[in-house]
Amino acid sequence: MIHFKVNGNAQTFDGDPEMPLLWYLRDLLGLTGTKFGCGMALCGACTVLQNGKAIRSCTKQMGTVAGLEITTIEAISAHGPHAVQKAWADVNVPQCGYCQPGQIMQAVSLLSSTPKPSDDDIDSAMAGNICRCGTYQRIRAAIKEAAKERA
Amino acid sequence: MISIEKITIENVSRRNFLQGLFSAGAFVLSVGKAPLLARAARNGAPVGATPTGASPSIDTTAFHPGVFVGIETDGTVYIVAHRTEMGNGVRTSLPRILADELDADWNRVKVIQGDGDERYGSQDTDGSHSVREFFDTLREAGATARLMLVRAAAQQWGIPESQCVADPVHVVSDKSSARKLGYGELAALAAKLPVPKKEELKLKSPQEWRYIGKPAPGADVSDICSGKPLFGMDVRVDGMLYAAIAHPPVLGGKVKSLDDSATLRVTGVKKTIPIDPFTTPHAFQPLGGVAVIADNTWAAFKGRNQLKIEWDNGSHAVYTSSEYKKQLQETARQPGKVIHTVGDPDAEFAKGGKIVEAEYFAPHLAHASMEPPVAVADVQGDTVTVWSPTQNPVGVQEEVAKALGLKKENVTCHVTFLGGGFGRKSKPDYAVEAAVLSKKTGKPVKVIWSREDDIKFDYFHSVAALYLKAALDETGKPKAWLQRSVFPPIGSTFDKDAVYSGAGEMSQGWNVSPFDIPNFRSENGQATAHIRIGWLRSVANIYHAFAVQSFANELAYAANRDPCDYLLTLIGSGHMVDAGAQGPPGTAEKYPYDTARLRRVAELVAEKANWGKRTFGKGSGMGIAVHRSFLTYVATVVEVEVDNAGAIRIPHVYTAVDTGIVANPEMVRQQFEGAAVFGTSIARTGEITATNGSIDQSNFFDYPVARMNDAPYQVDVHIVESTAPPAGVGEPGVPPFVPALCNAVFAATGKRVRELPLARNGFS
Repeated sequence: MIHFKVNGNAQTFDGDPEMPLLWYLRDLLGLTGTKFGCGMALCGACTVLQNGKAIRSCTKQMGTVAGLEITTIEAISAHGPHAVQKAWADVNVPQCGYCQPGQIMQAVSLLSSTPKPSDDDIDSAMAGNICRCGTYQRIRAAIKEAAKERA
Repeated sequence: MISIEKITIENVSRRNFLQGLFSAGAFVLSVGKAPLLARAARNGAPVGATPTGASPSIDTTAFHPGVFVGIETDGTVYIVAHRTEMGNGVRTSLPRILADELDADWNRVKVIQGDGDERYGSQDTDGSHSVREFFDTLREAGATARLMLVRAAAQQWGIPESQCVADPVHVVSDKSSARKLGYGELAALAAKLPVPKKEELKLKSPQEWRYIGKPAPGADVSDICSGKPLFGMDVRVDGMLYAAIAHPPVLGGKVKSLDDSATLRVTGVKKTIPIDPFTTPHAFQPLGGVAVIADNTWAAFKGRNQLKIEWDNGSHAVYTSSEYKKQLQETARQPGKVIHTVGDPDAEFAKGGKIVEAEYFAPHLAHASMEPPVAVADVQGDTVTVWSPTQNPVGVQEEVAKALGLKKENVTCHVTFLGGGFGRKSKPDYAVEAAVLSKKTGKPVKVIWSREDDIKFDYFHSVAALYLKAALDETGKPKAWLQRSVFPPIGSTFDKDAVYSGAGEMSQGWNVSPFDIPNFRSENGQATAHIRIGWLRSVANIYHAFAVQSFANELAYAANRDPCDYLLTLIGSGHMVDAGAQGPPGTAEKYPYDTARLRRVAELVAEKANWGKRTFGKGSGMGIAVHRSFLTYVATVVEVEVDNAGAIRIPHVYTAVDTGIVANPEMVRQQFEGAAVFGTSIARTGEITATNGSIDQSNFFDYPVARMNDAPYQVDVHIVESTAPPAGVGEPGVPPFVPALCNAVFAATGKRVRELPLARNGFS
């Protein structure tokens, strides 16, 4: 039996240890804000926080989550919209929106480690998150705005 | 009128079918684009409310088809978005058109997603025509509701209608006094009034527009950013099973032998179910194969990986794209079927002089929307409920009904948000798979395609070989121009013998020329399809604009002219092009092809980009291209920096667009910003290949798409103010971007790109 936390709540798991965290969150817990895009950690749609740092939940096997604290998009706005979510709305970032929870989680992680990111910081942190609608220009602007907001 | 369909507005406030949706006093107008004759068939049936078994977290509240606007007694205005939201902004732009004429307070409007129903008029959300086709309808609906509210107030106050006015928003005011009545207060009375005749309506003048033409952010931004379950991938229905399908690797392949013993040992796997092969033509039928049914997605995927299947690949195993390319190119060098002729190009070519020829090539592409195809279906006896991210809900009804031998009316299609569509989700094969499996299991079934399924079993954008030839006069201007396009047509999806292009693909930047050239001929050569061919954002415009706009650029250099000046010379001062039908009856009359508008966007973009006024160092430069598609005129300038290793950076893109009246400029900007990124993916790395009938690529490592660090750093969108009817914006940004980028690469490096993608030419 594996013990860990999701969004602050204690959870246990004794199923297939190869099951990716992504499908545990989506199918077993019903937390569908974390999206499936590629299954190979290539697109970032499934990004969640592991002890505050962005990881790809599609390649994180349940056999390796013991003791971890996982945070999903559903939890970051428990006390009103997060600064990143506010900036996303101000800049009107989303088009279809499917990749945006992953983009937002990646940006939250970036800003917690690098409160004032440069363009290069943003590029290297966000390059793993694909947006097919092509909202990158607005994502960059929103990250800068959120950084200003948090300063 | 663009459409021969009639706009029909009915007061349905007292209809039984609305019980449970609205309170007794609500005022509800039904607006349809087709005659409402079919209504009787559904009347009396309980429609709406949360479908049985759906998880309460999903907003699947159905709205009665044909209901466009309803006003509750508390003043809440409900407006149906009957077309699909996939990042195109229709859930914002369309309701705001109606809200404008209604003088509704946008903050008190709730947008409801319409189910599939042909009585709405077209719901097939492709071809960039949502605003174009429904602008008039939505305005008329809003103005009708407003007039009825005004009449209700006049009746209430016992004063002439002329003394009442909807002003400022959400209230009717008495011009002779300070009294006002809110829309909510007037709803019950308005609900009893007859619908006014169209002649009685007074539509606003553009100066009076409150929302049309004004920028507004997406209606669903906060739900999206908080991870709400909006998408097809997020649908959960009680008791549902999960399915992954092993599709035949070659189109038309069949299972020769199956060993599912290892699969059935996977924890969570319930069973395997064969899916029947399609009957030719494949159209929107499932591909066949073997489904693995499980109690979660992971178990279904894992179980599928354990299947041992021997396939009978069938006749399409001959398809190897590197060989096929040579055939296409050979065909493009031979005379083809003549599509359109102006003057006598052969006579001009025979005179000799300076002749320039070039061949271009563009490979297959996959859609790769971020949300792979997915659908949930629940078959209960002879009725079916489908939840699906679909661009084509009526198509889902039709195809599911056909596959299960039911009437279309027995299939309900709830449309979820789409995690991207780009044309892939107009084809409902995956929803049919879910329905077939639900019927066979007796349970609701969710079919989930993996990324590998999505890339390998797409309806692919067509591969194309193009040949162009021009005879130049002493100034370098073409006296004659020949263009020949060869590609397996979309028609092959619906007719196995189709080898020539349909009218649609030829109208996409090929049959006629925007240039002022006295002798012109367009041709099409034949090609047989071996994989499923379908439409992808901008469709044939992609390869056609790439060829024409690259060739125009080559001619500019051949004439030793500035490419922008030369392009303006080619367009000339402006003339009307007889481009044929271009769409439903009336389209050509309402949207004449006026190259003066093309010239204007070219001039505007050149001005904004400071074309000709900037100096570029080694490895830097700008490229320009123009293209009219989906009735919209676009000019794009791309700026590039290319390093010694061939790595391309795109610091700036400038786009000018004339799309007629704009419903929501914010959405227009988003579409053109996005088109530059979509175009970057196509131009840099977009390439699908096949070996022995199987697709070689499978995921984002071998089918890369633009990431933040590859994408243009800055895209500026300049919208031409216009009083022309609204055209369309979802697609027209893509076609000119690709040649503008390749032309920029030529300006920067001297290397001409005649074959896409750039990665095939030593660039990255």
